[in-house]
Amino acid sequence: MMLSVWLPVLALMTSLLAAVVIFALPEQGYRLRTAVNLGAALVKLGLVVVMVWGVFRGVDYGVSFTMAPGVAFVLKADALSMMFAGLSAVLWLLTTVYAVGYLEDSPNRSRFFGFFSLCVASTMGIALAGNLFTFFLFYEMLTLSTYPLVVHRGTEQALKAGRTYLIYTLTGGAVLLLAIAWLQGVAGDLPFREGGHFTENDPALHTSLIGIFVLLVAGLGVKAAVFPLHGWLPQAMVAPAPVSALLHAVAVVKAGAFGIVRVVYNIYGVEASSVLGVLEPLAWLAAFTILYGSVRALWQVDLKRLLAFSTVSQVSYIILGICLFGPVGAAGGLVHLLHQGIMKITLFFCAGNYAETLGIHRLDEMDGAGRRMPATSFAFTVGAFGMIGAPPLAGFITKWTMGTGALDAGMDWVIAVLVLSSLLNAAYFLPILHRLWFRDPPRQWPHERRWGRLETSAWLYWPTLVTAVVTILAGVLASLPFSPLSWAELIVLREYSP
Amino acid sequence: MTLWLMAGLLFTPLAWAVLTLLTDFRWGRWVTSFGILVQVLVSLGLWLTIARDGGFYYGLGGWDAPLGIELRVDGLAVTFVLLTAVVASACGWHAGVYIDPDKAWHRYFWPLFWFLWSGLNAVWLGGDLFNLYVGLELISLSAVGLVALGGKAAALRASLRYLLAALLGSLAYLLGVALLYGQFGSLSIAGVATLLADNPAPAGSGLALALMVTGLSLKTALFPLHQWLPPAHGIAKSPVSALLSALVVKASFYIAARLWLEFGATIGSFAAAQLVGLLGSAAVVWGSWLAFRQQQLKQVVAYSSVAQIGYLFLLFPLTYSVSEAVSLQAQQGITLQVISHGLAKAAMFLAAGNLILSVGSGRIEALAGVSRFLPFSLFSFGLAGVSLMSLPPTGGFTAKWLLLQASLGSGQWWWVAVLLAGGLLSAAYVFRIYRASFLERPETDRFYHPPRSLEVIPLILALLSLGLGLASEQVLSVMALPFEEAGAP
Amino acid sequence: MTASLLYALAGAVLFGMGLYGLLRLPHLLRKLLAFNIMGSGVFLVMVGLPQHRGGADPIPQALVLTGIVVAIAATALAVVLMRRYYHLSGMTTLEEPSPEQRPGGRR
Repeated sequence: MMLSVWLPVLALMTSLLAAVVIFALPEQGYRLRTAVNLGAALVKLGLVVVMVWGVFRGVDYGVSFTMAPGVAFVLKADALSMMFAGLSAVLWLLTTVYAVGYLEDSPNRSRFFGFFSLCVASTMGIALAGNLFTFFLFYEMLTLSTYPLVVHRGTEQALKAGRTYLIYTLTGGAVLLLAIAWLQGVAGDLPFREGGHFTENDPALHTSLIGIFVLLVAGLGVKAAVFPLHGWLPQAMVAPAPVSALLHAVAVVKAGAFGIVRVVYNIYGVEASSVLGVLEPLAWLAAFTILYGSVRALWQVDLKRLLAFSTVSQVSYIILGICLFGPVGAAGGLVHLLHQGIMKITLFFCAGNYAETLGIHRLDEMDGAGRRMPATSFAFTVGAFGMIGAPPLAGFITKWTMGTGALDAGMDWVIAVLVLSSLLNAAYFLPILHRLWFRDPPRQWPHERRWGRLETSAWLYWPTLVTAVVTILAGVLASLPFSPLSWAELIVLREYSP
Repeated sequence: MTLWLMAGLLFTPLAWAVLTLLTDFRWGRWVTSFGILVQVLVSLGLWLTIARDGGFYYGLGGWDAPLGIELRVDGLAVTFVLLTAVVASACGWHAGVYIDPDKAWHRYFWPLFWFLWSGLNAVWLGGDLFNLYVGLELISLSAVGLVALGGKAAALRASLRYLLAALLGSLAYLLGVALLYGQFGSLSIAGVATLLADNPAPAGSGLALALMVTGLSLKTALFPLHQWLPPAHGIAKSPVSALLSALVVKASFYIAARLWLEFGATIGSFAAAQLVGLLGSAAVVWGSWLAFRQQQLKQVVAYSSVAQIGYLFLLFPLTYSVSEAVSLQAQQGITLQVISHGLAKAAMFLAAGNLILSVGSGRIEALAGVSRFLPFSLFSFGLAGVSLMSLPPTGGFTAKWLLLQASLGSGQWWWVAVLLAGGLLSAAYVFRIYRASFLERPETDRFYHPPRSLEVIPLILALLSLGLGLASEQVLSVMALPFEEAGAP
Repeated sequence: MTASLLYALAGAVLFGMGLYGLLRLPHLLRKLLAFNIMGSGVFLVMVGLPQHRGGADPIPQALVLTGIVVAIAATALAVVLMRRYYHLSGMTTLEEPSPEQRPGGRR
């Protein structure tokens, strides 16, 4: 009984405490810091696994206390939160390993890992938040803790990107706060509930509810990088590779998308949202963002910027998925929360490997890199094919499920969007693969470093391979219990028949 | 028991003041350490008493109003007595290490510090208008003296400017008091309120209230009467700036708020309330903008005080002819804002003092690369900044949340824009400083490391302002302690 | 017009004169004198306006004594600060010194 109260708190505290300890450690304490980092990541993964099992059996994990008059601080673990928490716990472990290798001898590591842990703690809080107020609390904490990571290098360019990032996210946060306060005024403090709160709503409230919905989506859409609020994302690419990986795959963009899912499913409820007529415009916006991001990616010459625009496009799959009225499409969108995370982190790890080992940053420098770094290039190929949606990889599962769902819901135009987007993905990823495998390597790489037997540092090598393998497994084993797809179906089941 | 508590709160600080006047700085430090301990214990004792028995009126020495000193000991007063104990202790300890004991005139720091504390307690507890005036003057004069301790011509210019503004404000207040007494024949706030409730407000009482509120606004540095504040707060020694920004300006606001809550409903008007709110909003915008434009670190913090004080004056429109619930929300929000700004701004000034000490310059550009060397002070500064930006989970955020609720609940949605814009503007000036500290410059490798105790104190204050957000319900429950009207005159 | 109202009006006039002086006169000592005139105006209102059973009210008389003490304390502090300020800067007004004057001053 006690455990069910404390598990979410513990999961949150592991990374929070890790952050505090790391800040206090001296800069030179390399081994101790790595041990704290990895230890905390492992402990948290363990806690999340226990909670996933518990939630599957229907245990209620939760704790709440009144924070200010009228609002409560609520931590709660349901199926949806475990999906996000699981993603962040797994990828935190991998990214930590990767980051230890990546930042091996750069300055300010103490600061970096401190804020890194803080960032993961905020992600965990976002996952476990039980009402919008608590969600907002961690959402803003995430903004603050990622800023030092974005500007980590301390160059003019990094600081400029950091400023853009702040202007976007803080303004988004203010809009979100307004929406939450307004909602509180209209309906009181609403806990997240499967099926939502407004199934039988008062027609007099319709106008306010639509207004609040628009503000909520606008506030959350900044982090989810929905067009036209995506401008900060490509700029934030100046950050070190593990940060880009974390920002894109786990923390920031997913927090926005996750928030939109929470609003639609657990505040408004799918039915009420559909009655209010807000889902269809949102679906159109998401579809447009999907195509827009892909088209912009076609013209990029910098690898990380290309991946950033690809993210803009891919995150909107999640939003499109939940806007499809029907359980199958919704499962497709939700499962992409995990699939996109794992695929995109693979790609960013690869980009980091190329940059760190060979000094490659631009696409035209990638000729023949497949021969010098076969494992990394294999991982990149897996990630790229996953993004395109080739069977049997994770991305295929997403697109297939979403396509089926769209047909069920009678929204045939979504199929066209999916096909067109896959073609565009192929159009920007296949030339890269061609460069990697079929062109001759240059006589000299821009900036090459060597590590003994492996093609790159072991700290960078293994996380990349692991995520690539998971990408394959998530697709191949999609029908097993506890696969991302089965879990997404569980969430949808509970949402549609609360 | 109560007698001892009251004497402990109001008169022992005076005793410490006299004692430290006779000693040099180093001995004064010992006396003060002991005195701080006593004051904290007495303040806690008062809290426990109120929590057990409820609030009450207390005539000091058995003399009741109007000749005696009437004290109103309620939850709100206790909240501020406790806030004063926390912030003043922190500043006192910090000053003991920070201030150079070898300059002869620095020995006056301790007596002035204790006079200030005594005056603050007198204002929090004061129940009649005239004694509030005496308390205010005690605060102003000692605060001016503290600013002048800087010793340079610029510090004296700032302190003289401050003195003249403070005196003008006090006289305007006192004239209001004289008019009010002429009409009601009573100086007790509660007495006047009772008379107002039974009879129609006599002509001219509006003028009296306006004079008092204007005078107090001048002392609180409400836009456009704020020009004296930034030089004074910017040039004073860091612990002094912390005391001034965290507590001193709040004292005059506290009186203005009490007056408004008691008399506003009958003597005030909608237009007046909106006007004050509008000036507060202008302060938020203009103060933040000026803070953003400053080149000196402490000037940024000082102008930020002008902006943060602006929020406080939203109390006037948000409590005028609104429902009971909204008014309560607004009062709670403002109380939290006072507390969280007090803690955060004290932390910020103390941390800024450390930063200046270590880089040897007060300019913002001098901070380049400091994030590598002074993580604790920078961290405290950052945490305090989060509270000023009113981002969660700080006390500033909960305050803003309550004010947002009150604005929406009363239908005065235009304040919502001020609250949101104010948060973003403060982010602009706070992040400007972070940005400077994150900049990497090759030549920055020499820093003086201040003693650990200097770094710990702002960190504690900053953590308190952070924790305030999570425990605001508990903190606000002190303010809501019941009050026994039985003792009312 | 009653006597009490006359006192109050005289007080108000003094207050206004003092206010004008405090704001407009540049010399610090004049500002201080103006403050004292304002103070006298307030005290006059305080003593003159209230009526107690047809006669003067004794309570404000007692209060004004306290008020005078406070005003003297403030004046004393102001004089000390002004003297010190004059020693350090050689100035008798609060204007910011022009940049070329600033570094030396008169010490």
